[in-house]
Amino acid sequence: MTERNFDEALSGLESGAEAGEASGAPRGEPADASTHPSVAALRSRFRDVILHHTIVAGDEHVVYVAPEQVREVLQRLRDDEAQRYDMLIDLTAVDYGGGRPLEVVYQLWSNTHKRQLRVKATLPLVALEIDSVVEVWRSADWLEREVWDLFGIHFRGHPDLRRIMMPDNYAEGHPLRKDFPLRGRFTRAEQTRRSLSMAVEDFYTPDELAVTGGVPAGTGRGAAGQDAAAATQDTTGVPDRPNDPEWAPGASGSAAGGAPGPGGAKS
Amino acid sequence: MVTRTPELGEDGRPVRVPVLPPGMEPELEGEHMLINIGPQHPATHGVLRLVLELDGETVIKCTPHIGYLHSSFEKLGEYREWNQIIPLTDRMDYLAPLIYNCAYAMSVEKLMGIEVTERCKVVRVICMELDRIFSHLLWIGTTAIDIGAFTVFLWTFQERERIYNLHEALTGARITTSATRIGGMMADLPPGWVEALRHFVDTLPKTLDEVETLLTHNNLWIGRNRDVGVISADDAKDYGLTGPNLRASGVPYDVRKDRPYYDYETYDFDVVVGEHGDCYDRYLVRMEEMRQSLRILDQAIERLPGGPINVDDPRVILPGKTDVMSDMESMIHHFKLVMNGVKAPVGESWFSVESSKGELGMYVVSDGGSKPVRWRVRGPSFINLSALPKMVEGHLLSDVITINASLDIVLGEIDR
Repeated sequence: MTERNFDEALSGLESGAEAGEASGAPRGEPADASTHPSVAALRSRFRDVILHHTIVAGDEHVVYVAPEQVREVLQRLRDDEAQRYDMLIDLTAVDYGGGRPLEVVYQLWSNTHKRQLRVKATLPLVALEIDSVVEVWRSADWLEREVWDLFGIHFRGHPDLRRIMMPDNYAEGHPLRKDFPLRGRFTRAEQTRRSLSMAVEDFYTPDELAVTGGVPAGTGRGAAGQDAAAATQDTTGVPDRPNDPEWAPGASGSAAGGAPGPGGAKS
Repeated sequence: MVTRTPELGEDGRPVRVPVLPPGMEPELEGEHMLINIGPQHPATHGVLRLVLELDGETVIKCTPHIGYLHSSFEKLGEYREWNQIIPLTDRMDYLAPLIYNCAYAMSVEKLMGIEVTERCKVVRVICMELDRIFSHLLWIGTTAIDIGAFTVFLWTFQERERIYNLHEALTGARITTSATRIGGMMADLPPGWVEALRHFVDTLPKTLDEVETLLTHNNLWIGRNRDVGVISADDAKDYGLTGPNLRASGVPYDVRKDRPYYDYETYDFDVVVGEHGDCYDRYLVRMEEMRQSLRILDQAIERLPGGPINVDDPRVILPGKTDVMSDMESMIHHFKLVMNGVKAPVGESWFSVESSKGELGMYVVSDGGSKPVRWRVRGPSFINLSALPKMVEGHLLSDVITINASLDIVLGEIDR
C-alpha cells in the first residue's frame, strides 16, 4: 500500500487523474422533481427527454437531457415565462477518460426568478455532435468554440466554429481530452519548427483575407513577399505549408516529396 | 466638413459623426481596410489581437483573436493535487489574485463539505474586497492613460503599491499570492496587518475623490466615454456579460447579493447599477464599487473574530509541527497528506463568486482521487470580451480602444 502510494506520488506528474468511479453516464441519487420548480415543469412537458435529475454538492440541481433535444429544452427554459433562464453562465464539457462518453454542461441562471440550473447531455465518443445554442444565447458563441477547440465536440449550426485558444491550423488534436498527452503529440522540436514556419495568412481568417483581396502587401509568402520568403526558407524537403491541418503527422507522400514526420525537424 | 469632435445634439448628448461623410470621396466608397491591433500593443491590455475591418475610420467588423497567452491551466490542473492547483489560479487574473485563490478553495470545500472557520470567512472577505479595489484601481489608471489622462495612472498606482505591500505582508508575494489552502489560509494575518489595512481604508477615499475631480466632469473624458460602446440590458444578458459591465447596463445582478456566500447578506453595501450601458456608466459603476468595497472592508475589520484560521480537520489541514514530532496520530496524518494529498469525494460542484470583473465560476469534478477529473474556470473576462465585436461596430477606430478598456479584461484569464 505504502509502496504504491510512493510510486503514485513520484509518477504524479505523468499519470494524471485515475479513472476511479466517476463515469460519463447519468449518476447520483435520483432527486424529487418537486424540489426545483423548473425540473417539475420540464418533467411535465418533456417526459422522456429528461433522463435523470439529481442534486450534487448539497444544493446544485443537475438535469440530464437527451442530446438530440437539448436545444429544444434550453430554448423552452429561456422563453417560458415561469422559467426565464435569461443567462447562459457557462457552457463546458467533461471528459472522464477511459472511452467513456463526454458530458456537455450548461450552467443557467434566471435573473427573474433568481434560480440556477445545470443541464447536461452525454455524448458517446463516436458521435461528438450536438446542436448549437448560439441562437438561444449569444454567450454560447465563444464558449462553444472553446469546447470545440479543446474537446472536439462539433456544434451543429454554429455560425463560426473555429478554434479559439489554439491556432486555426493546430494539428495535434483537442488538448483537454484525456487521451491527449500533457506536452502535446509532437516533439518540442517539431512544435517549434511549425510555429516558426507559419505564414502571414495563417494568422487571418479567410473572411479577413477577402477584405484585402489577398495577403497584406509586403508581408509573408503572398505575391509580394514570394521572393523574400524563398530566399530565407530552406525549401528542401519542407512542404510548402507545414501548418496545413490536412498535412497529417508522419505522412510521407506529400507533394513536396518526403515531408518529415513529427520529430524529424530540419535545423 | 471633416469633423471628429462629437457635436452636441438637441438633447445635449454628443452626436457621433463619421469622419468621411457619404459622397465626400466617391472613389473611396465601399473600399474597406483591414487593420491589425496587437498582440503586442500597449492599449490592448495584454496580448489581445483585434483584426478590424474599417470603412474610413468607422469599424465595420471586429474579430478578436485570442490564445496568445494560452497556458492550458485547466489541463495542468488535472495533473496536480487539489492544493497544488492554487498557484495556477492566481496566475490567471494577476490583477485580483486573492479572489481567484478564494474562489477555487471555496469550490473544493463545497465539494468536500467543509465549512471554514468564522475567522477564515471574514479574512477571505477582506482579501476579496481588497483585491476588487486592487483591480479597479489598475483599471481606472490604465483606461485613463489609454484615453490620454496620465496623472490618474500615477495616483492609482501609488495606491496599488500600498495593496502590494499588504499582499506581501500577508502572503510573502506581491502578485502570485497563493494565499488560500483547502480548509483555510496559508497563514493567519501577521501582526500589525489589520492596522495597516485600516490605515489604507481610511486614506484611499482621498485619492478616489481626487481621481473623480479630474475625470467625472471633465469635458474630454465625457466626450470620449459617454454614448460610446452602448449595450442594452437585454443584449448584455444575452451576451452573458457579468460584473460592472452588466450592472452599467442596468441589470442589478451581483452574486454577492443574489447567491450570498460568506455572510455577504449581513454586510451593509449597495449594488451599484448604471443606466445607459456606455463606457461612462461603466466608469461610474467601478468608481462607486470601490467605495462600496471600502464599506465592506470597514465592517469586516470591525467584526474580525478571533479563533483558529484553519478548520480542525486532519483530512485537509496539516497538523502543527510540534504535534507531528510528538504524536503518532498527527504524524500519520501529516504523512498521508504530504504523500497522497487532499482527497475529494466523487462528485462535482460549481461555486461562483463576484470577482472584480464579473461572475467567476469554479467547476470541479472529482472521481474520488487526489486530483480533479476536470477543473473548469468560468472566466468573466472571456465572456465579457466576446461582446466586444457587438459593442464596437459602427464606432470610430479610436473608440475601439476606449470600449476595449472599459470592459476591464485580463488576458491571463481569457486565454487561461
